[in-house]
Amino acid sequence: MYAQMVKSEASTDDPEKLAAFQARIDAGEKIEPKDWMPVGYRKTLIRQIGQHAHSEIVGQLPEGNWITRAPTLERKAILLAKVQDEAGHGLYLYCAAETLGVSRDELTEMLLDGRMKYSSIFNYPTLNWADMGAVGWLVDGAAILNQVPLQRTSFGPYSRAMIRVCKEESFHARQGFDAIRKMAEGTPAQKKMAQDAVNRLWFPALMMFGPSDADSVHSTQSMAWKIKMNTNDELRQKFVDQTVPQIEFLKLDLPDPGIKWNEERGHYDYSDPDWSEFFDVIKGNGPCNTDRLAARNKAWKDGQWVRDGLLAHARKKAARKHAAE
Amino acid sequence: MAATLTKDEALFQFLLRMGDNTLILGHRVSEWCGHAPVLEEDIALANTALDLIGQTQMWLGLAAEVQGDEKSADDLAFLRDVWDFRNVLLVEVPNEDFGRTLMRQFLFDAWHSIQLGHLMTSSDDRIAAIAAKASKEVAYHLERSADTVVGLGDGTAESHGFMQAALDYLWPYVGEMFSSDDVDAAMVKAGIAPDPASLRADFDALVGRVLADATLNIPESTFAHKGGRTGAMHTEHLGHLLTHMQWLQRAYPGANW
Repeated sequence: MYAQMVKSEASTDDPEKLAAFQARIDAGEKIEPKDWMPVGYRKTLIRQIGQHAHSEIVGQLPEGNWITRAPTLERKAILLAKVQDEAGHGLYLYCAAETLGVSRDELTEMLLDGRMKYSSIFNYPTLNWADMGAVGWLVDGAAILNQVPLQRTSFGPYSRAMIRVCKEESFHARQGFDAIRKMAEGTPAQKKMAQDAVNRLWFPALMMFGPSDADSVHSTQSMAWKIKMNTNDELRQKFVDQTVPQIEFLKLDLPDPGIKWNEERGHYDYSDPDWSEFFDVIKGNGPCNTDRLAARNKAWKDGQWVRDGLLAHARKKAARKHAAE
Repeated sequence: MAATLTKDEALFQFLLRMGDNTLILGHRVSEWCGHAPVLEEDIALANTALDLIGQTQMWLGLAAEVQGDEKSADDLAFLRDVWDFRNVLLVEVPNEDFGRTLMRQFLFDAWHSIQLGHLMTSSDDRIAAIAAKASKEVAYHLERSADTVVGLGDGTAESHGFMQAALDYLWPYVGEMFSSDDVDAAMVKAGIAPDPASLRADFDALVGRVLADATLNIPESTFAHKGGRTGAMHTEHLGHLLTHMQWLQRAYPGANW
């Protein structure tokens, strides 16, 4: 997901307060920033929302890679609108994280020096135009499956951010499917691009949900706190079940020979992604990790004079206003 | 040229000038995606590029209609070579840094907002309608680019230095926006568009006010590079931009995207 393998913190708070807090969550109440909350709940949420925000920001890069090469004015406009939405999602999410007592600049510094992560998916390259369809359809499609239930998450600001994000994400997934459909139904060269995109992005998309919950040490506490709503495997299965018929509709080959309908389970069987590749990507060894982080660091460093200049001007303006009063 | 220029030919050239300006500037601004100094600027730059590409669809759509060869706005954007582009040189110069990008945006927005104000009363209803829609977007572009130019000009010594360097570099590209030729004369005669030269006083007043607030000095030289809006001589940069922008359409002709 946009937040993967978020480490949850054990709580060392007063047991009575903890029990009362859990009771509020169990009753479906929203926790607001000024309410009492366990230290672990706060820390876990900062990590999760921060990682989600960083994913939106870094996620601009693989799509930005094709904005200047979009093949029509309409496709260029759609892609610009989508990337603009993603930067906007980053902004809501940083704002939600700030209500927990961490600043956007602090979170940014942690992204830039590698202390915080972003989704593994954005460390894969976008190599042909069909990737713009596949990213919207598969990547945003996978993200939606996680984000729809997060609209009901226990932390109020995160829940409200997710409600806004989900509205835009469903447009992203639809435009992605529309773009790849044009390719799948197009010339042999376009069809080849579409197949290449699906083949390359299928397993990385499955990895977005994180490793199997059987191996996940962080799920139980986060699920009790309702900051994680479903298990990774549940969501991954849901993704496979909804996506396989779409691949067939597009008349593209399935990207995994292990995909088969299982009558007994009422679900598609599928092959597990190569988890050693996933852990390599998480450790920084994905195809684009170094370049993505370097691009963000360069933008931040090159922009220092701009941020300093605007801040200095705002201070001068305030001082002039003060002097005039 | 004057003897052979029909009204539709002149109108076509005029529409290319409007549409190529927004196309090329929209493209340049879109190059920033994901690399801006701060998140709000990423959003604003993408939003500006998006508006400009939307305006391009309208201007080049109308140009294609006037041309009447069953061409589309996309054919005009993606299948012409450098010599057929009619944008001013200002919009094709590279982004370089955030200061130059915003200064270029401000100088263009100032001209654009004044031009669109006149086009809203064009004798051609189609042009008046496009101008009415675009002018709302451009009013916001101008507000933002002017505020940013002031903020950075009157910021730190370093940001001031970046903005003065940007203004010094870009100023020779300003004059072309106000040069007139046969196409403009035909547009004035038909009541379609104003004489570019007539916009200069309003431009100087607006730009003078903002640059004074920004504590920046307008260069003394009045020299103006030209050749973009007539197609006589673009910069070397436009060819590279088109190489990127037109690649898919050129490499896979006839495909639907």
